[in-house]
Amino acid sequence: MRHLRLAALLILGLAGHQAQAQEPILIGEINSYSTLPAFTEPYRKGWQLALGEVNAAGGRPIEVVSRDDGGKPAQALTAANELVAREGVALLMGTFFSNVGLAVADYAKRRNVFFLAAEPLTDAITLSQGNPETFRLRPSNSMQAAMLAEEAAKLPAKRWASIAPNYEYGQSAVAVFKQILVEKRPDVEWVAAQWPPQGKLDAGPVIQAIAAAKPEAILNVTFGADLAKLVREGETRGLFEGRSVVSFLTGEPEYLEPLGDEAPEGWIVTGYPWYAIDTPAHEAFLEAYEKAYGEHPKLGSVVGYTTMKAAAAILARAGSTDTGALIKAAEGIGVDSPFGPIVFRAVDHQSTLGAFVGRTAIKDGNGVMVDFAYRDGADYLPDEAEVKELRPAD
Amino acid sequence: MDFYAAQFLTGLASAASLFLVASGLSLIFGVTRIVNFAHGAFYMAGAYLAYTLTERLSGPFGYWVGLVLAALLTAGIGALVEVLLLRRVYKAPELFQLLATFGVTLMAEDLVVLVWGPDDLIGGRAPGLEGGVLLFGQRIPAYDLFLIALGPAVLGALWLILHRTRFGVLVRAATEDREMVAALGVDQKWLFTGVFALGVFLAGLGGALQLPRDAVNHAMDLSVIVEAFVVVVIGGLGSVLGAFVAAVLVAELNAFGILILPGVSLVLAFLVMAAVLVVRPHGLFGREEPAPRAVGLPARLWRPLGRTAGTLALLAVAACALLPLVAGPYALAVAAEIALFALFALSLQFLMSVGGLVSFGHAAFFGLGAYGAAFAVQAGLPMPAALPAGALLAALGAVAAGWFAVRLSGVYLAMLTLAFAQILWSTAFQWVALTGGDNGILGLWPSGLAGTPAGFYLLTLALLAAGLVALRRLAFAPYGYALRAARDAPARAAAVGIDVGRIRWMAFVAAGAAAGLAGALFAFLKGSVFPDTLAIPLSIDALVMVLLGGVGTVSGALIGAVAYKSAAVWLMRETDLSKLVLGALIVVLVVAFPRGIAGTLADLFARRRRA
Repeated sequence: MRHLRLAALLILGLAGHQAQAQEPILIGEINSYSTLPAFTEPYRKGWQLALGEVNAAGGRPIEVVSRDDGGKPAQALTAANELVAREGVALLMGTFFSNVGLAVADYAKRRNVFFLAAEPLTDAITLSQGNPETFRLRPSNSMQAAMLAEEAAKLPAKRWASIAPNYEYGQSAVAVFKQILVEKRPDVEWVAAQWPPQGKLDAGPVIQAIAAAKPEAILNVTFGADLAKLVREGETRGLFEGRSVVSFLTGEPEYLEPLGDEAPEGWIVTGYPWYAIDTPAHEAFLEAYEKAYGEHPKLGSVVGYTTMKAAAAILARAGSTDTGALIKAAEGIGVDSPFGPIVFRAVDHQSTLGAFVGRTAIKDGNGVMVDFAYRDGADYLPDEAEVKELRPAD
Repeated sequence: MDFYAAQFLTGLASAASLFLVASGLSLIFGVTRIVNFAHGAFYMAGAYLAYTLTERLSGPFGYWVGLVLAALLTAGIGALVEVLLLRRVYKAPELFQLLATFGVTLMAEDLVVLVWGPDDLIGGRAPGLEGGVLLFGQRIPAYDLFLIALGPAVLGALWLILHRTRFGVLVRAATEDREMVAALGVDQKWLFTGVFALGVFLAGLGGALQLPRDAVNHAMDLSVIVEAFVVVVIGGLGSVLGAFVAAVLVAELNAFGILILPGVSLVLAFLVMAAVLVVRPHGLFGREEPAPRAVGLPARLWRPLGRTAGTLALLAVAACALLPLVAGPYALAVAAEIALFALFALSLQFLMSVGGLVSFGHAAFFGLGAYGAAFAVQAGLPMPAALPAGALLAALGAVAAGWFAVRLSGVYLAMLTLAFAQILWSTAFQWVALTGGDNGILGLWPSGLAGTPAGFYLLTLALLAAGLVALRRLAFAPYGYALRAARDAPARAAAVGIDVGRIRWMAFVAAGAAAGLAGALFAFLKGSVFPDTLAIPLSIDALVMVLLGGVGTVSGALIGAVAYKSAAVWLMRETDLSKLVLGALIVVLVVAFPRGIAGTLADLFARRRRA
């Protein structure tokens, strides 16, 4: 509990700035704590755990100043400005929503501040809107689409339908998935698409509209409460019977756990099967996390933990808090994550963190992932020539 | 054919859920004239309570009892809110109660997370209705059939209550003429409490009945409140039958609309509402409201600032201009944000206080201003040209919106502006090639002097002062007197030769341009534009700032904006429970300053001078 209390003190900023033997390095952290607590609570626990470990290991201590962005880009920018201009943080990290991540990345470029984006999935943040100051941890939308499309291509299904939330994330997930699938399977045709508003899925009519097109397989990009509605109504209406389903993010405990014994079975999903990963790196993380919090980690925990570890590694390698030095240190840096070693690529500032792809099943009344394998992000990243084409020159 | 029949049935089930919430809202508005923003929060509370109760009470019987108990408990909470909070502000100017219910909503969102935790909750399935029934070759959930039957049953029950009980007679009489009912000796207090509790019961029931098909989560309130309001307005305020017909209309158009345009759900309800209001200005079943009696008038006649007050105002501006000497870059950026929001709030105040025209979609003009500035920058224009470009685009938007809006009045007008804003929002959201969709337009940072925090702050302050002076001059010019005449007595104003529609239209354009200027400043302050500059929360922010400042004043929004915005920024910084604290703060302010902060202070001041 010691590091918990320490972290709590740090968040409140009570530790102060008085000159000690070694003045701590300040990290500014921003995330959608009030908007998305289901993801960001585990995320916060994750980075707090990592912070405790980093500071226990010695060296110049790190202090985190954490802020809520209310899920809005404008508020995230106010927070970023406060952290940089007033608190004088050495770097920024965090964010969940793509548009919030992009706004903070743009701010980082403008103010020449180092920014480590934790969660935003949009490709734009490292490619079309990429900038020298911004790095990103999580596998992008395209990478996850490629991992799923690879599995989808093995299915016999030829007639596909898609259900995706009507905003950038849903649109680009479907677009990339389609593009990759058609490369591997030119015989595939898309017979229906539904674009419900995020958070407002009217499940019945949408499901009937999809079923009417008689697809053999369904691509789902909805998550959270929409996913629950889709699964419940779809099961009752028999939408999934005799059909394959490929689904983004559904294997993440944040989304699979609440479904309980109503979790879908046999869906091909990306996710995080914390209960069945037997690598030493993950076992150590799992043990430390459960010991610290008395609960199991979620994917947010891994993202928070790894972001903080990466930030600390970058600070240590740079040996200074100068933005130029941090960028130089971060390019090509290797970090140990609970999923194994990852590298932040110099060419597009994207980490090679991957994701688990598997099938859903029900075990003891809970949704789980089975037959899963870890897909290394490095295998799904665009090569240098492609990046040069997509990313503005630094 | 079978498929279309099944799709129709499915649409009816969606309509039933919508109707339950909307009917309660309509009842409450009809009698108490409260725009109950907290209705979504009560819906959410019903769902959460139903989750807890059905988990505790065992057996199929327990499940159904749990659902009804949850609705009853929610009604109890509603009655409590009415007695403790709303009763204190019935005498306040129109719409002020909205502010109170908004505070309650903010609190509810954080409270449910504190009580029930952050994760989505999945309740049990309804016992006896778990499976599907084969109809028209499609498997329809039995629960949907139950809901389809429930809608008309609730409608019938409400009809019986309204037409066959003494309570119902009083409710209908109060909907018709509140003052007369009071004059006849009916205890309005308990009538209002009863109606409010009944309306909240329906909201709670609507939420509880989602348990078997939805995931209970802390964003449920927002997903339902706006749509419910749209349904109420389409049906006609205060009409329960209208709410039913409108719910069926919206749900069916959605069920069939998505077959042709799969993305249409985003904006469909608003398109329907706009179309209905253009054809029928009081909704499908609404009746023309009697001309408002002179109750909303300002307590005192407005006067231009005298020499003393004018000097004081100048001194205040001068003092604000000295801020860069003492404040750091962060404080200056926050001050600039507050100043531009003050300009935004003042523009709405001009429309509301001077023109008597309430807008629920004022963000439309703010967002148009922001996008206008962004497009100008993309076209290569510098900031000094981009700012007026933003204001111009917003003014053009106001010309279009105003042309439709001035044909309506009251809440119908307000909801039409909301529809306008939502249609623009969904356009910005969907038209990715032009606006970048929800990933927005980036890299709009100002250069040169305006790029420094102090420079930008002084520019914003100067434009705020200019906007304030311009809007006040307009209010006290002959045009302003004509606008106020049209507000206070439209029939008499028309009789003396004032073209009421035309001068109101001009008020829209003036307010739109000022809001657009604020939006353009916002784009440069944040260096980016996102569709949420057009979205409902921003419209509500503007409304809150005006109401908090005092709708009966000329420039009280200035104080409302400073109070609300600085509290919001500060709380975001200090706590993850900013909504809870901000909501509580609003509730306290509502009770302490029933005419708004500036309005109440001005009253006190005037009374002291008289004494």
